[in-house]
Amino acid sequence: MTRFVLDPTGERRVTQRLRLERPSTIGGKRVGLLDISKPRGDVFLDRLESRLSEAGARVQRFRKPTFTKPAPVDLRHEIATQCDVIIEALAD
Amino acid sequence: MATAPTTQLVAVVKRECETCQMVTPVLRELHRRRRLVVYTQDDPAFPEGVSAIHDDDLAVSWHQQIDTVPTLIRMDGDVEVERAVGWSRAEWERLSGVDGLAPDLPPTRPGCGSMSVDPDRVDELRRRFEGGRLHSRHVELADEEDDIEVMFQRGWSDGLPVVPPTEARVLRMLDGTSRAPEDVVATVPPDLVDVTVEKVAVAAVMAGCLPEYLPWVITVVEAICTDEFNIHGVLATTMPVGPVIVCNGPGTQAIGMNAGVNALGQGNRANLTIGRTVQLVVRNVGGGRPGEVDRATHGNPGKLSFCFAEHSKWSFGSLAESRGAAPGADAVTVFAGEGPRCVVDQLSRTPESLASSIAACLRTLHSPKLVLVFDAMLVLGPEHARVFSDSGWDRERLLAELDQRLQIPGTELVRGAAGIAEGMPAAFAAHTLPKFRAGGLLLAGAGGAAGLFSAIIGGWANAEIGSQPVTREVRT
Repeated sequence: MTRFVLDPTGERRVTQRLRLERPSTIGGKRVGLLDISKPRGDVFLDRLESRLSEAGARVQRFRKPTFTKPAPVDLRHEIATQCDVIIEALAD
Repeated sequence: MATAPTTQLVAVVKRECETCQMVTPVLRELHRRRRLVVYTQDDPAFPEGVSAIHDDDLAVSWHQQIDTVPTLIRMDGDVEVERAVGWSRAEWERLSGVDGLAPDLPPTRPGCGSMSVDPDRVDELRRRFEGGRLHSRHVELADEEDDIEVMFQRGWSDGLPVVPPTEARVLRMLDGTSRAPEDVVATVPPDLVDVTVEKVAVAAVMAGCLPEYLPWVITVVEAICTDEFNIHGVLATTMPVGPVIVCNGPGTQAIGMNAGVNALGQGNRANLTIGRTVQLVVRNVGGGRPGEVDRATHGNPGKLSFCFAEHSKWSFGSLAESRGAAPGADAVTVFAGEGPRCVVDQLSRTPESLASSIAACLRTLHSPKLVLVFDAMLVLGPEHARVFSDSGWDRERLLAELDQRLQIPGTELVRGAAGIAEGMPAAFAAHTLPKFRAGGLLLAGAGGAAGLFSAIIGGWANAEIGSQPVTREVRT
């Protein structure tokens, strides 16, 4: 006898999105640095900002309200429209 | 008494039922005098002399929701006006408008169970007549596949065997709620997938729930998928927390939850399966799996399930009511917590001594040098609770006394103090700081009658940056 169970998953169809091509040079690129609001993430990002600026990148800083929740949609939109590259600082 | 010309009578019977056999002369008389349609569930030739229609697939019985035979229904067109269940001369005379029915019969006699509610048939009938209500993909199992192993192989298990969610089981589970299967309960992180009542019911079957638990499960899923509770962060954190579920109200006893001996432990079906269902929803619908978005360093066994009821009668009032639920309402409170730890104090006989003892344990939560950033839940055992209540301390008094004992000089907390690098920033050295933010210590009552113990459940990053406890009333 044929047996069936019901699919317990969300049955979503995942949209595949291709990543942007990696830039060959950082010079002149708009680089976003996203601070996720974890303690000491700013220490890491400050250092990155100075290194990237030395390499000719135009650095912009962004900050999530809290590391525990996904970035608000407006912030994601802002980053997507203002940056060529984004670097997210993860940990303490 | 005359009935309108559009009315007709419908009777559902079976030969196997002695009451149905007894009322055969009544059915013949009504058949002769009124518009009567008789449906017979078992023998097409029964009852003789009324040209009964054989309800061989029990479709009429199912859709008319016949629980007992004989049932006599008066219809006005397609609309049921009234029904009589079993034999009652007075009711049958009123429904039919015919007086003096079978004077030799007893005035009443109960009927028998309808074949449409026969436990051996009901699941199959529900699947046949109501299966179209479901939308989940049907996954076919091969003959050689073991049902339980399939669930593991497809990644649908939390590590323990799950009950295969067949259509019949899911339909039976859905009997536990009045909500439609397609109703969206919440949007579940991390994949942000809308979860329907049906998918919650699928998870409830897998976890081992009874249908009467389903409204509780649905309410907890709603509660954890709020921005306040933030199940996304609770799942993703490296800390060992998960949803801790405290249930209140008379419904906890109706569904057999445990608030007593071993309340936070194993052995009670409702406690264990409600909590387990919620985690299966996060895993299978939300896509939140350990090692993927769940990054817990250690986790804790309560992430399989951590759900208990509060004592219905203890002198501190219910946690849910203290958080705004209506008095006496069935309600859940969800708290992002780790596993419980025990507070041992077998000698304190005054509330002051016991409060100091508990406060000293609370102070060490997560780190004796970190304050304000974590909430906690204190689960008082009955013997500890009595020490306070015998002295007239209520919830507010106890929490105030604990708060007073948890004011800590900043010099003991700052980084480097006591030779420990961890701690609060140096700027706090000049201040006295409370261990918990206002409202950050929750108080619940559970546990067996013997044992001068309480339990502390440590929380996670609190307030807007992390998770806030959420209380919701349960809807059926």
